[in-house]
Amino acid sequence: MSVTTEQVESRVVETLASFGPDASQITRDATFEELDIDSLDLVELAQVVEDDYAVILKGEDMKELKTVGQAIDLIVSRAE
Amino acid sequence: MAERPEGCALVTGASRGIGAAIARSLASDGWPVVVNYRSDADGAAGVVADVEEAGGRAVALAADVAGPDAAEELFSGAESHFGVPVLALVNNAGIAADDLISLLGDEEWQRVLDTNLTGAFRLTRRALKSMMRARFGRIINISSIVGLRANPGQANYAAAKAGLIAMTKTVTVEVARRGITANAVAPGWIDTDMTAGVESALLSNVPARRAGTPDEVAACVSFLASDAAAYVNGAVLTVDGGLAA
Repeated sequence: MSVTTEQVESRVVETLASFGPDASQITRDATFEELDIDSLDLVELAQVVEDDYAVILKGEDMKELKTVGQAIDLIVSRAE
Repeated sequence: MAERPEGCALVTGASRGIGAAIARSLASDGWPVVVNYRSDADGAAGVVADVEEAGGRAVALAADVAGPDAAEELFSGAESHFGVPVLALVNNAGIAADDLISLLGDEEWQRVLDTNLTGAFRLTRRALKSMMRARFGRIINISSIVGLRANPGQANYAAAKAGLIAMTKTVTVEVARRGITANAVAPGWIDTDMTAGVESALLSNVPARRAGTPDEVAACVSFLASDAAAYVNGAVLTVDGGLAA
């Protein structure tokens, strides 16, 4: 499946924004901690990613993620 | 409060007894209902017929909840039949294999835990996927008074039912902020096939001096599944004629 970084970025930002933070705050360098995105939010993000890109992110994958950019890069690399 | 999103209800072990009463009750509340059964296809068909006769919607789906694939089969089946996600899950399926703990075999221990607790865990895990996205969900675990008060000969059953209560509370604190509630109902002495033949002298310990009916348990489940119970979360509702009081 071919998916562009821009597509993933837009989907990730849209999903994270649905959890509370303003879309303008959600930059690649923003940390989940700054955005007040917790582990349950990340579980839900993983479900969206699984449904949309058939990429399965496990608990240990999620634990390593600190920033929005890291999440986007991981999803894009797995989707290729 | 936001209106409840469209969804269906899944009741495990619903071909007879308490599960059948719950399926009929939720259907009369307007939920399309999946009547899960393991072996009693005729019983499940009868429940579906009752629901349809009353103007409701129901479908019977076979699966042994102790199996590792049951959750996916049931949820896929429910979603494809009704075209909406499962937003109310009632973990009711249960078996008993009683013996004094000194005589209780590994197989009896494991079989009861697999159905009564592990099955509920797998279904809950699967249910949360769609409930979290919907920002709405009702999980109702049918525990037992035995999960709160000891009953000789039921170490396996009691451990599973107490485990359900602990799991219920954990689900609550993990996902309540997504509009999901998880509660346990703990029936006492209820007239069903499972309690038929058990020494009724035990009834003298029940303050109400009578056994309960499956409909009396189902009424509590209907309440917990309703919008009126949106702020009831992590609770254990005993339905026991005062036995645990």
